[in-house]
Amino acid sequence: MSEYIIKNGNVFDPVQGIKGDKADIAIKAGKIVDKVGSGAKVIDAKGKTVMAGAVEIHAHIAGPKVNMGRIYRPEDKLFTCTPTKGMERMGGGASIPTTFKTGYEYAKMGYTTAMEAAMPPLFSRHVHEEIRDTPIIDEGAFPVFGNNWFVLEYLKNKEVENTAAYIAWLIRATKGYAVKVVNPGGTEAWAWGLNCLSVNDPVPYFDITPAEIVTGLIEANEYLGLPHSLHIHPNNLGNPGCYETTLDTLRLTEGYKAKNKFGREQVMHLTHTQFHSYGGTNWGDFESKAKEVTDYVNKSKNITIDTGNVTLDETTTMTADGPFEHHLTGLNHLKWANIDVELETGSGVVPYIYSPNISVCAIQWAIGLEVALMMKDPMRCYITTDHPNAGPFTRYPRVIKWLMSAKAREAQVNAFKHKDKVLSQTSIGTLDREISLYELAQMTRAGPAKSLGLASMCGGLKPGMDADVAVYNFNPDKPVANPDDIEKAFSRCAHVFKSGVEVVTNGEIVSNGHKRTLWVNVKAKENPQVMRDINEKFLKYYSMTQANYESLGHHFVPNPFAVEVDATQG
Amino acid sequence: METVTITMKNLPALYLEADNVSPDAFAGKTAAQIGDLHVYEGNVTSTLGKYFEISGNAGATAADTKIIVKGDVKKVKYLGFKMSAGELVVEGNTDQYAGGWMKGGKMLVKGNVEAFAGTAMKGGELTIEGNAGNYLGAAYRGDWRGMSGGKILVKGNAGSDIGMYMLGGEMIINGNVDVHVCTHAEGGKVIIKGNAKTKVGGQMVDGTIYVFGTIDVMMPGFKPAGELELEVEGVKAKFAHYIGDTGERHKKKKGQVVYGNLYKKI
Amino acid sequence: MTKTVTDVICPFCGTLCDDLEVVVSDDGKQLLEVYNACVIGTEKFLHSQSKDRVTRPRLHQDDGTWKEISYDEAVEYSAQMLAKAKKPLMFGWSSTNCEAQSVGNEIAELTRACCDNTAATCHGTSLIAIQDIGLPSCTLGEIKNRADRVIFWGCNPAHAHPRHMSRYSIFPRGFFTSKGQMSRKMVVVDPRVTDTAKMADVHLQIEQGKDYELLNALRVAFKGEWLPDVVAGIPKEKIREVADMMKSGRFGIIFFGMGVTQSLGKNHNIDEAIAVTKDLNEYTKFSIMPMRGHYNVTGSGEVFAWQFGFPYSVDLTRGFARYNPGDTSTIDLLVRGEVDAMFTIGSDPGAHFPISAVQQIAKVPSVCVDPHLTPTTGVSKLHVPVAFNGVEVGGNCYRMDNVPIDCRKVVEPPEGMLTDEQFLIKVRDRVRQLKGVA
Repeated sequence: MSEYIIKNGNVFDPVQGIKGDKADIAIKAGKIVDKVGSGAKVIDAKGKTVMAGAVEIHAHIAGPKVNMGRIYRPEDKLFTCTPTKGMERMGGGASIPTTFKTGYEYAKMGYTTAMEAAMPPLFSRHVHEEIRDTPIIDEGAFPVFGNNWFVLEYLKNKEVENTAAYIAWLIRATKGYAVKVVNPGGTEAWAWGLNCLSVNDPVPYFDITPAEIVTGLIEANEYLGLPHSLHIHPNNLGNPGCYETTLDTLRLTEGYKAKNKFGREQVMHLTHTQFHSYGGTNWGDFESKAKEVTDYVNKSKNITIDTGNVTLDETTTMTADGPFEHHLTGLNHLKWANIDVELETGSGVVPYIYSPNISVCAIQWAIGLEVALMMKDPMRCYITTDHPNAGPFTRYPRVIKWLMSAKAREAQVNAFKHKDKVLSQTSIGTLDREISLYELAQMTRAGPAKSLGLASMCGGLKPGMDADVAVYNFNPDKPVANPDDIEKAFSRCAHVFKSGVEVVTNGEIVSNGHKRTLWVNVKAKENPQVMRDINEKFLKYYSMTQANYESLGHHFVPNPFAVEVDATQG
Repeated sequence: METVTITMKNLPALYLEADNVSPDAFAGKTAAQIGDLHVYEGNVTSTLGKYFEISGNAGATAADTKIIVKGDVKKVKYLGFKMSAGELVVEGNTDQYAGGWMKGGKMLVKGNVEAFAGTAMKGGELTIEGNAGNYLGAAYRGDWRGMSGGKILVKGNAGSDIGMYMLGGEMIINGNVDVHVCTHAEGGKVIIKGNAKTKVGGQMVDGTIYVFGTIDVMMPGFKPAGELELEVEGVKAKFAHYIGDTGERHKKKKGQVVYGNLYKKI
Repeated sequence: MTKTVTDVICPFCGTLCDDLEVVVSDDGKQLLEVYNACVIGTEKFLHSQSKDRVTRPRLHQDDGTWKEISYDEAVEYSAQMLAKAKKPLMFGWSSTNCEAQSVGNEIAELTRACCDNTAATCHGTSLIAIQDIGLPSCTLGEIKNRADRVIFWGCNPAHAHPRHMSRYSIFPRGFFTSKGQMSRKMVVVDPRVTDTAKMADVHLQIEQGKDYELLNALRVAFKGEWLPDVVAGIPKEKIREVADMMKSGRFGIIFFGMGVTQSLGKNHNIDEAIAVTKDLNEYTKFSIMPMRGHYNVTGSGEVFAWQFGFPYSVDLTRGFARYNPGDTSTIDLLVRGEVDAMFTIGSDPGAHFPISAVQQIAKVPSVCVDPHLTPTTGVSKLHVPVAFNGVEVGGNCYRMDNVPIDCRKVVEPPEGMLTDEQFLIKVRDRVRQLKGVA
């Protein structure tokens, strides 16, 4: 394997507390090392910013609802496709990129690891096929549990150990990474056209509340000691006043402590917080409650969040929150796809246009930025757009520009048709904080890696860690002439290394590397009761046999990386 | 106005994609430079000069440019693609996407066109002296934003699926049309001077259709709403009025439901 | 001695039954018996054992005879044909696995071809409708466990998807449907009195070509608006009765097939059926699902979509993907004389296409990859037989509800035969050489 020395860059590494020092980064045999020989290839990073490869903690990039989005939106590709070029396969999709384009675009921005936010377990083969066909970046996927019949039945009876055994079985069977919860209980209700809009609404027939589902899953997750915590999209997403449900959900973490061997400190990761921070009672008096939500998270060290920033684009919403998507199509009358999944979950897809001329969209934009700017600990707040829901991930450089430049934010506020309403309904006008490069590294590298339990592997530049390195054409010593330069610099890296292989040079793909599928091989205590329940449900209720459900051969996961968890002693 | 004449001299074995034959693409170019513009035959990129004889230089801008297309262009697609100004005259039949995604200017086809003419038109005038194929003035696949402006006139007949997802603008068909007129339309005006067949105004949210001739079978979603005297395109007559599609969603204006309107000459 | 392979997936139709048991000889070379499959599925497995199977490629000679050639020669012919063509067309893909489809995509991208699957003559119109209006749907297990209103519109599962009603839609006793077929009301809309229609609680014998009108009338009935006395041959009272039956259920499903996708109206029929489903979600829970024909046409659509962005009729001739059925769809490409080479795999256009399209296949250089002798192999220049997917080689497939199931290999192919994927890999590698690409 090659040796590299990235010389004289301005290094930002929260793992080692390096805040812009000029330092060399040495790469050998896929890892960061202390030093390399004289034969190492020299990468000149003078005047540039060097960080670890970024870590995407939540995006919808692989799986059935993503592909439904692609299939049903040919107009998302009209006139915007990119041709085959050298080793790059052709690509397309403004809001829902094809898999090749997904890998290339992430890599070109310096991202080296990404997590598919929601895997319906019945469809694990589909998710893994798309992950396999996404070049360069390491990926994992989160199977969803919050509407799963086994989970609902076990937790109704408060059987945490059985829940844990089931979770372990399912994560191994689907090669998943974490316990994802979307609209707990509500998506099962949606199978009857209903919903659970508060944490206390009981699920039809199963008669368990979202609060009970969430606390039960937190307990099961800590029982197993998984690398990541419960990762949750709470009930009542997107409705004016939903912040109350968000606070109710966050309060369920009280008293719980993380138990794991990966350095993870949170018991709950709240995702796309922007969508869950709404006040008001209707779209007319709609307002931001970012302060109320971030106040709570700021004082609760056992919670991490990601932002879900709105980028003001035409995009496509897609989520396992099926009832929400039905509600959205009722509002904007755009085409609605829905996929309910037997015994497990559901999903919906609806296009959405975040127009700067609509006050609600402008307020949503402001809320996403408020969340990031009001969070005090950048190690617990990560930048996302819930791609593609609030905007395409290719807009991360623009979000970074808004966070790093108050001037850029002001320019955008001034460009809004309903500027006055944005200022009256949010505090965006009062926030002059500008995220520093070090904080950016915390919010896009070290923080998400730690939350995912991958802190020893990625998100930093400490010797021994994977050699995932991004070099940006951004000189921290020079004042920023134009905030658009920030966006430009973070759009295309000068160099990107993935596991020690140079994959991007001067913004172009030069190698596909050897992407890995990250999954958690969690072994739990033998549980004959749960195995019998699984056998029985396959026999009676699933439309597929158990053997075929568990079939996930090598051709789906050609380069697996298993994070080992031994929960047999618990 | 400067005029460029391109004359087919070398018929393609397959079909040509002539996205660059528009006043916008020609503007500011000499005949030689126009000859170097790309044209595509399958996966082979070639130049206009290989297939066409080119005479005349373009104007400085699209608005100052007129193009005349002569010879057999029955197998040439995309003439007038995305044009925003100027003029384009095709002296004969042509293939698909004539005037596709037009934003302005005037295009005249002295013959027939195939499918997808005037797709997603935003402005300008497209006149077809012969017949038009299917999907005239329709939206691109999957897009709920179809034709939103401009005017299309077909002196002959038109095919099926005209005006799909229409939002605005106007279409006049002097002859007959095939099935599916203004499906999913949310605005715009279509006048059919000949006969329609079936599935007229299906899933229409808003917009107006006039049919001077017959409609073989009415959509059940069109409710009779009386008769009235109207003057349409210089013709004064009695029309039966229908509102619909009553199965579809509709907006409200001042408390009143706004339906699409279908007028059939009695 | 024999052994029984369980949890075998049937590679015939979109029902993709996965509970088959196949008895094979101990050495894995002979397939002896098939359990649990329908008549069609059973034959799919058993006929692979035919003694008169073609096992090597055959090239059509000028004198009308066929000459056996080697796979390597077949690879050379195919690669040359695709690499040289200005607008080659790679069609079919529906009866092969996703792994092979993916290699096919690589070849299409390298040669800047058009690629398409059997949806072009089947549920392509459904895809167009889905692109215009969406798709409220679910997996088949949801039907099994919840549905109490089942509508078959323009399809005849008794014949085309024989185990569909027993595995998913009418007979199963699911979690919330413990009375099986007694839990469900069945409506069939079909001009014919089919075997499926004979089972229905209500059979609407619709006037042909008027599905769009009848679906519209249902939507009008939901809103309680005025209706003409008769629509599509059905009296308005009956229409209102059926509308109420749909609204009064707890969970309804509309299954539909060629009766509406390929009759007058086509995509509009499906569009309005989806609109009916969407409207019903204001009152109760309703979903809609296409009865996909080939066992992996859905998979071809999925693979095209995640790699190129569109589910079928994909044009790569400009080096990037474009899509517009009517322009980029196979029948139109053939009939209009737009293509100069034809590569068919996993389908039989010769049997299903209009004759004017089939004549075009005969006119241009053409290859057909198929284990059988078919009308398509008959008009193609080169016939390349391959192993049977789902019988002699495994691979991922997608069911009609988009659920992926990995087919199994149960028996060895005849000596020396290649699989689709193996043949395509060789073609791809040769094309790379011809194009001077690494």
